[in-house]
Amino acid sequence: METLVKEKTVLECVNLKKAYPTPIGEFVVLEDFQLKIKEEEFISIIGHSGCGKSTLLTMIAGLNDITDGKIMLESKSIQGAGPDRAVVFQAPSLFPWMTALENVLLGVKQVFPHGTKKEREDICKYYLHKVGLGDSFHKKAKDLSQGMKQRVGIARAFALKPKVLLLDEPFGMLDSMTRVELQDVLIDVWSKEKITAVMVTHDVDEAILLSDRVIMMTGGPYAKVGDVAHINLERPRERRSTVEHPDFYKYRQHLLEFLDH
Amino acid sequence: MDSKIKQALKWIGLGFLEPLINLIRGKEVQKNTRLVLRQIVVPILSVFIFLGACDYGAQYLYNIERERKIEKTRATLGDAEALKMQQSIDAGDLSNKPNSLPSPSDVKNGAIALWEDHQMVSAKKKAFEEKTAALNKQRKAAGQDPITYTGRPSFVDQIITSLKTVFAGFLLAALLAIPAGIVLGLSPTLRSALNWVIQIFKPVSPVVWLLLVSMVVKTVLANSTSDKSFIISFISVGLCSMWATLVNTAMGVSSVDKDYLNVSKVLRLGVFSNVFKVILPASIPMIFTGLRITLSVSWMVLIAIELLAQSPGLGSFVWEEFQNGANDSNAKIIVAMFVIGFIGFGLDRLMMVIQKFASFDSK
Repeated sequence: METLVKEKTVLECVNLKKAYPTPIGEFVVLEDFQLKIKEEEFISIIGHSGCGKSTLLTMIAGLNDITDGKIMLESKSIQGAGPDRAVVFQAPSLFPWMTALENVLLGVKQVFPHGTKKEREDICKYYLHKVGLGDSFHKKAKDLSQGMKQRVGIARAFALKPKVLLLDEPFGMLDSMTRVELQDVLIDVWSKEKITAVMVTHDVDEAILLSDRVIMMTGGPYAKVGDVAHINLERPRERRSTVEHPDFYKYRQHLLEFLDH
Repeated sequence: MDSKIKQALKWIGLGFLEPLINLIRGKEVQKNTRLVLRQIVVPILSVFIFLGACDYGAQYLYNIERERKIEKTRATLGDAEALKMQQSIDAGDLSNKPNSLPSPSDVKNGAIALWEDHQMVSAKKKAFEEKTAALNKQRKAAGQDPITYTGRPSFVDQIITSLKTVFAGFLLAALLAIPAGIVLGLSPTLRSALNWVIQIFKPVSPVVWLLLVSMVVKTVLANSTSDKSFIISFISVGLCSMWATLVNTAMGVSSVDKDYLNVSKVLRLGVFSNVFKVILPASIPMIFTGLRITLSVSWMVLIAIELLAQSPGLGSFVWEEFQNGANDSNAKIIVAMFVIGFIGFGLDRLMMVIQKFASFDSK
């Protein structure tokens, strides 16, 4: 199955280091961190709370300074945040004073500055439709439920047509029912778009269900890649058949064992 | 229908009347009766208790003043005069009325007197306008200023003047403080550079502002025919009251939710979009909280400023009545006090409604 994944590297972390200065010397979160992500690959980063997985993601997003080393996006070192690395935040972070459509449109305007208003709106509407909000374009974000907000968050990220999609525990704040629904939405949209994605999560099942590769991080400080699991389940995936696949439990066992010690 | 009325009541902050509507419609009688008792009957009762206490207090003070007046007469003019004085006071002779805290009924009479006075003044004004209408037309045609009524303003005129001054001052405060607050909020450098200005000028008393403003205005407008006392008072009101909005706006702008800023960074919004589409809408609730404080501060300092600036309005009304010392002056001062209180309350409610319309975070 691995041959399906193209070999071109999109995102690469080289000797990455993150340290915070403290009065008693620096606190090193990550050091000598290496990671290569290939085109159209969906990887999950899993690890205990505080191991620095979210820090890593915000560094890739450009929202957190790099102490040392570099992050390369298509062989170019990243500078600050940008729409080529769209983020789905844990808190949906929609602007509550805007409608669902306006929230998506705000980003689309930035990445398609030359499109007509109609073209941009069509892009937004397409993605909102995809995430199941075809009838809520003009609802104010503050009037949407948490689950619906995160759907808009996903639509906003995909509509940017980013080179890399970053998901920071995207379903962490949702109840389990909604979480399952949104995982299905994400699988569905992602299967069509195949945007290289990095997701931080601490849900083992979620990681296996969505990813091609699961990176297991050792506990911080000085967090490193502890182990990697290649999830060779066929795509496009669908919840039922994936969960019922005999290998699923093998992977699950692998991840849980790593997290256990 | 009912739900609309309830919604409207809630909007203007009279949500406590809701159980009364429910009770009239016969819904959940027991629960609503209890709510009506607690939210409507008890407050009304407390008003009566308050009035009763005032009446008792006024009576008590009145008796002290009465005794003193009689004893004073006895000491200077003898028993016979003292007896006469006592009879005169008890007969309600206004010229010998002891000067003390007015009772609620005195205040009521004061209010009626003020209203009648207003009607009289308006009638005079109307008559004057009718009389001069033709002449003014001629003067206007000839390019001359029309003749205006220059008689004494009534109590209601004073209220209107005060409201005008307070709105002018409030507008000035908003126009100065919101843009300044945004700039300060955006730039930590400017914020630390100008922090001392805010810290030092914020606690300055309205009286000092008035003097400062009049020093400047006196020179700037030395040859102007415009209404200097009005200009001085509204500028002073604005300068006194703008600080709350300034501080709140700066704080709101500088403490916008980090998540919003992160989204803005990821989308690489330009400075203009970032300020007008993200930062400003996000700080609207804080700005309005500031504006609400500003409006109530303007109303509060206005009275003091009018009192000193000799500009027409409720403040000068109160001061004139105090200097005047007529037999119902004290009652009129208390009437003015309540009018000031009610208008202040009304203005606050007005701002609250506007705030609800403008904010994204409340329904």
